[in-house]
Amino acid sequence: MTGSQFGVFGIDPWWLVLLKALAIFVMLVLLTLFTIWWERRVVSRMQNRIGPNRVGPFGLLQSLMDGFKLGLKEEIIPKAAHVGVYWIAPVISATAAFLAFAVIPFGPTVSIFGVETPLQLTDFPVSVLYVLAIASIGIYGIVLAGWSSGSTYPLLGGLRSSAQMISYEIAMGMSFVAVFLYAGSMSTSEIITAQEPIWFAVILLPSFLIYVTSMVGETNRAPFDLPEAEGELVGGFHTEYSSLKFAMFFLAEYINMVTVSALATTLFLGGWLAPWPISLWESANTGWWPLLWWLIKVQIFIFVFIWLRATLPRLRYDQFMKFGWKVLIPASIVWIMVVAAARVLRNDIEFSNRQLLIGGAIVIAVLLVGSWFAQGALDRREAARKFIREEIDSRPFEPMAGGFPVPPMPGQQAVLTTRRSNIPVVQQEAIDG
Amino acid sequence: MTEVNLGEEIVFWFSGGLAVLGALGLILSRKAVHSALWVALTMINLAVLYVANSAPFLGMVQVVVYTGAVMMLFLFVLMVVGVDSSDSLIETLKGQRLVAIVLAVGLAILLVAGIGAGLTDVVPVGLDEANGVDGGNVQGIARLLFTDYLVAFEVTSALLITAALGAMVLAHRERWLPRASQEELSKARFIGAGHPGNLPSSGTYARHNAVDTPALLPDGSPSAQSIPGPLVARGDVRPVDHHEVEQIESLGGGSK
Repeated sequence: MTGSQFGVFGIDPWWLVLLKALAIFVMLVLLTLFTIWWERRVVSRMQNRIGPNRVGPFGLLQSLMDGFKLGLKEEIIPKAAHVGVYWIAPVISATAAFLAFAVIPFGPTVSIFGVETPLQLTDFPVSVLYVLAIASIGIYGIVLAGWSSGSTYPLLGGLRSSAQMISYEIAMGMSFVAVFLYAGSMSTSEIITAQEPIWFAVILLPSFLIYVTSMVGETNRAPFDLPEAEGELVGGFHTEYSSLKFAMFFLAEYINMVTVSALATTLFLGGWLAPWPISLWESANTGWWPLLWWLIKVQIFIFVFIWLRATLPRLRYDQFMKFGWKVLIPASIVWIMVVAAARVLRNDIEFSNRQLLIGGAIVIAVLLVGSWFAQGALDRREAARKFIREEIDSRPFEPMAGGFPVPPMPGQQAVLTTRRSNIPVVQQEAIDG
Repeated sequence: MTEVNLGEEIVFWFSGGLAVLGALGLILSRKAVHSALWVALTMINLAVLYVANSAPFLGMVQVVVYTGAVMMLFLFVLMVVGVDSSDSLIETLKGQRLVAIVLAVGLAILLVAGIGAGLTDVVPVGLDEANGVDGGNVQGIARLLFTDYLVAFEVTSALLITAALGAMVLAHRERWLPRASQEELSKARFIGAGHPGNLPSSGTYARHNAVDTPALLPDGSPSAQSIPGPLVARGDVRPVDHHEVEQIESLGGGSK
């Protein structure tokens, strides 16, 4: 890559690249096993149960054993499945889940076997967009799984997930924009260094909230797990999958959880930077310590995922889509406009903070007055509508208005006339002419 | 000319080959969904080529926008309209094929002329040089978009917004009454004369379990609610044969 700032990336010897890739792979698989156990334990606690505690210390090896069992189960492929696509769908899902982690930073430059190298596989000027791109490829796995199963419920699950992911990806992408504006870069490592004095979660709180909401939608987790809503769609897109293929979807879902959590940490919580009281310690951000801070932050997000699942009921599909399109996306657009305007005013026109605050107050006042007028206009329109409705409701229903059979207007009672002999004589004459 | 190293050559022939394969697959597939997948393959490989040419922004946006959003919408529509519906080969628009051929030839001429001019008239300076003008690839694209191509960019966005508005107008339905809320629906269900929950299902017996067989109430009488109304009105309800039930019970032997 060009640009001096990426000098530390792309110069590792080949064995180190291989080592890092392997380490990331192993870490993701272990994190998946751990997260499944963690989720089951936490949800159990929240439901006054104990949860898995038999295999290994605290039941930690439970998910490993479950994984073995899942892999050894019989595989059932439906007759109506489109075989090629059916095979490749879980592969796409799992591969994409692993790929996204290539640009996530775990820590600063450390020394591995005498080579100075950053704790990150690679980085380039648009690496956050790379994560988005890989996520959008991962959706193909789910959608294709739904289609290729040759069955109704999976197809509905696939449909839902494609609509859901497109909608929530827009909100997600927009929540990045404010971060890019403040960091002046789209590379993960530079975004972290840009958060050295203060995290973006603090100064860009609305972006952070929008991202956290959309990341739950993006990973198909409760309360947004509509593509696999078991009450409505059996298992959704993976209904017809069994054995190792199902295990791959399972793996992909948990890795995706870790990925979006890691991205949230990177973009908003300062990545591997130490949190405040620890950051007073001089060497908190050097050596291998940052890996620990990173892991703790990611685990906090994962805990939130689990907490949400144990607490909230699933949303209704139309409410969910409405929330994405009518709340999250407009809110992000407005917020981006505010951030961009504030930055232009401060950087180019050199407004002071005080002038910005006064300007903001004026804008809010204008909006308030405007909304008052708008409400008045809306009320008048509603009153007019109500008048017309009452006017129509008061008229009796004419089944043959204008000589043609017409349906009743809302509020009017239909006359049940299915047989010719039932129609009043006057109207029969109207039909016969 | 700037020299091409081995890695670049491998990437070019591999991704280029896959992209062409995807394009061929698009035309030759019989199923619409397979065609859509081949296009996705082509797009991802184009993105790889962009990245290999030091245009990472273009490559990533290609995947996010085209593979992730546009193709996904295509797939969505294909699934909604029915994935197994076959294409009809009857021309519905008159002269469509002729227009298509003329436009395809025109596009081919444009592409060949453009690429030809790029290959012959432009002196290559190397990717580092080209990206270095504005201090990076992203900055370079930003400058081009907001200076030289500003009008084209804005016109395109106006076109897209018009299309989006058109789609909304076409899909819009004026509601006669405001949409009933969940609360109103729930109240109507319980206050109204109907049954608030599921009606009892039809009876399941050793010999009959179809919808015309009524379930039995605790006192042994058939439940009218367990049979669809039209069947009752038509008199198509199968009577429950109590004698038969008793017979079967007696066959059971040790039961109470």
